[in-house]
Amino acid sequence: MPRMKPSQRIYAWFEQRLQLEGPIADAAFHPVPRTTASWFYVFGSAAFTLFLLQVVTGILLALVYVPSAGEAWNSLNVLNHQIPLGWYLRALHGWGSNFMVAIVFIHMTQVFLFGAYKYPRELTWTFGVFLLILTLGMAFTGQVLRFDQDAYWGLGIGVSMVSRVPLIGGGLVHILLGGPIIAGATLARFFDLHVFVIPGLLLGFALLHIWMVLKLGVNEWPMPGRLVRRSTYVAEYNRLAHEDGIPFLPGAFWKDLAFSAAIVAAVAVCAYFFGPSGPGGPPDPAIIQTNPKPDFPFLWIFSILAYLPPALETPVILIAPILALLALFAVPFVAGEGEKSWTRRPVAVLAVALIAVAWGEFTQLAGTTPWSPHMEAWSSDPIPVHYLRNATPLVRQGANVFQEKQCRNCHSIGGLGGQRGPALDDVATRMTRDQMRFKVVTGGGNMPAFGKDLSPAEIEALVAYLSTLHPANERPAYTPSRPYTDTGSPAATPPPAASGSTP
Amino acid sequence: MTENEPSQPQTSAPPAVTALSEPSAGVQDPRLVSRRWLLFKASIAVNALVGAALAIPIVRYLFAPWRKDSSYDSWVSLGHIDTFPAGQTRLAVYKDPFSQPLDGLTDNVACYVRRVAADQFQVFAVNCAHLGCPVRWFPQSQLFMCPCHGGVYYADGSRASGPPERGLFTYPWKIVSGELHIFAGQMPTLSNSAKLVNISIGEGKSPCRG
Repeated sequence: MPRMKPSQRIYAWFEQRLQLEGPIADAAFHPVPRTTASWFYVFGSAAFTLFLLQVVTGILLALVYVPSAGEAWNSLNVLNHQIPLGWYLRALHGWGSNFMVAIVFIHMTQVFLFGAYKYPRELTWTFGVFLLILTLGMAFTGQVLRFDQDAYWGLGIGVSMVSRVPLIGGGLVHILLGGPIIAGATLARFFDLHVFVIPGLLLGFALLHIWMVLKLGVNEWPMPGRLVRRSTYVAEYNRLAHEDGIPFLPGAFWKDLAFSAAIVAAVAVCAYFFGPSGPGGPPDPAIIQTNPKPDFPFLWIFSILAYLPPALETPVILIAPILALLALFAVPFVAGEGEKSWTRRPVAVLAVALIAVAWGEFTQLAGTTPWSPHMEAWSSDPIPVHYLRNATPLVRQGANVFQEKQCRNCHSIGGLGGQRGPALDDVATRMTRDQMRFKVVTGGGNMPAFGKDLSPAEIEALVAYLSTLHPANERPAYTPSRPYTDTGSPAATPPPAASGSTP
Repeated sequence: MTENEPSQPQTSAPPAVTALSEPSAGVQDPRLVSRRWLLFKASIAVNALVGAALAIPIVRYLFAPWRKDSSYDSWVSLGHIDTFPAGQTRLAVYKDPFSQPLDGLTDNVACYVRRVAADQFQVFAVNCAHLGCPVRWFPQSQLFMCPCHGGVYYADGSRASGPPERGLFTYPWKIVSGELHIFAGQMPTLSNSAKLVNISIGEGKSPCRG
């Protein structure tokens, strides 16, 4: 036996017992096609790196966080304000979560466009879908652990969706909440899910996912025209890997490492500059002056729920997620062979583009929530001065009614106010006084009826005010027959002139 | 170094591994040792039995919250009826009857009390019938508005506009020695309240009032 340095001896002592050298060397140096050493192939490893970051920061946060409905909110504020750098750990965990969700989606899109789910990697894709579901599960349960008003009412929204399940909806709600209301038991079970159940499943699926990548090989760069066939693919892949291959380490792996470092650095920078998210107001259900919104990964759902017609809502809530998941699971089994290259898969590219655009649009809409009344518009948004210049007392009174009766919460004027109903800056060009009166009294479409709540004098004033809302050079709408029915003579009252007293 | 026997042709580890992990070379085909296999199968059966026995309490523990709605609800007082002026709608807060010491502030449940006449009340849940967000009362326009998706309700709780399919959830109420009591206890959702009350759009008559 040759003489060994002490360090070598120690290594040999451990290796004799652990015997990990062989499997690790196999994994590290297995040949992969040269084309897979690409910057497009770094997202999976980055997602796993972010998962590890979440585990570490999560364990550190649990040093202080108290998973009790009475104390959770306080412990978050202690983290933010009392523990040195507690805010930074919270920010790292929160931004790590945002990045992880984003990277997982990017990874999935890349895999889809590169055809990497095709034979023999169908199960890798299936487990990837599970990983996506689990990642989103982590994001939702994590949002609940930030036990503030948004978390409380976000749970309420989730529960209301679950309650629509036929027959067992009520029981499911009780199981989800751990009781009849959102309370201590609810937070405890979401803590359980977020800290034990889902991370455990996530780790297990992720390891299997990586195991299969090692065993089946990294997907080769798709070449247009090189079709996947079950009978020949494995041989073709092995030829690529062995004849035009490089060892996975360092050839491809250095890019994974570099990108992971960049991503973690990006999380650190975002956390430093943008800080932690929340907690918002305390989770006191008696405080109803709140405007709950989900975290960014779920904003698109929030938007869709605002736009669904009432009759379609329950079917869509209950069936659409199942169909979407079935579609995702079916992808490798429906299209397990054939063309991999995105340049020859227009339907795949269009599907990705459509989903991306729709997702972006719904997420953006959730930022402005044009479907919701602006709760403070009536008391805080001013009426532009020029709308009331030279206004008669009746018109001014109408403007008062307009503000006081919260019309402004749904209708904007001068760009301020709610967007639920149409902006009223030129309403007089669209509706005659009679039509306005009718609409205010009876409502219709999405507008409540105000007939019971407004006195005839108030309605008269309101309509007088609204009928001044037209551009200066455009005359208001009028009923051509009105002069005849009112006086019997068309010459007596000419139609309203274009030059009003208003803008 | 042992030779790989026919019974374990799959062993592909290096010889050193085999030397350390295989005790002897005399292992026979396991399929032939019927008594050991019987004991093995019996052990599995015992485990299954123990597991099934343990599963009963575990599943019951896990499903303990799954109860009949009526077992969660009870009559709760909202205070003297004079705290609710006639013709007005006021926010009232009660402690959930099912509350536990760990609940913090979360057992402070809010509801809207509308005193229609001297002895006529309507008590609404604050939760929007759409997805449960807290609706806000605007006495000037006599409307409830929801901040989440724009549901709007009239003063009598009937749907005015927006995505809700029905009016606000109502609680049954009664007056006991001058105090207003409501039958409450769980978060109102379509699963537990839709079958109690069915307010047709624009009418707002609650069949279970009182």
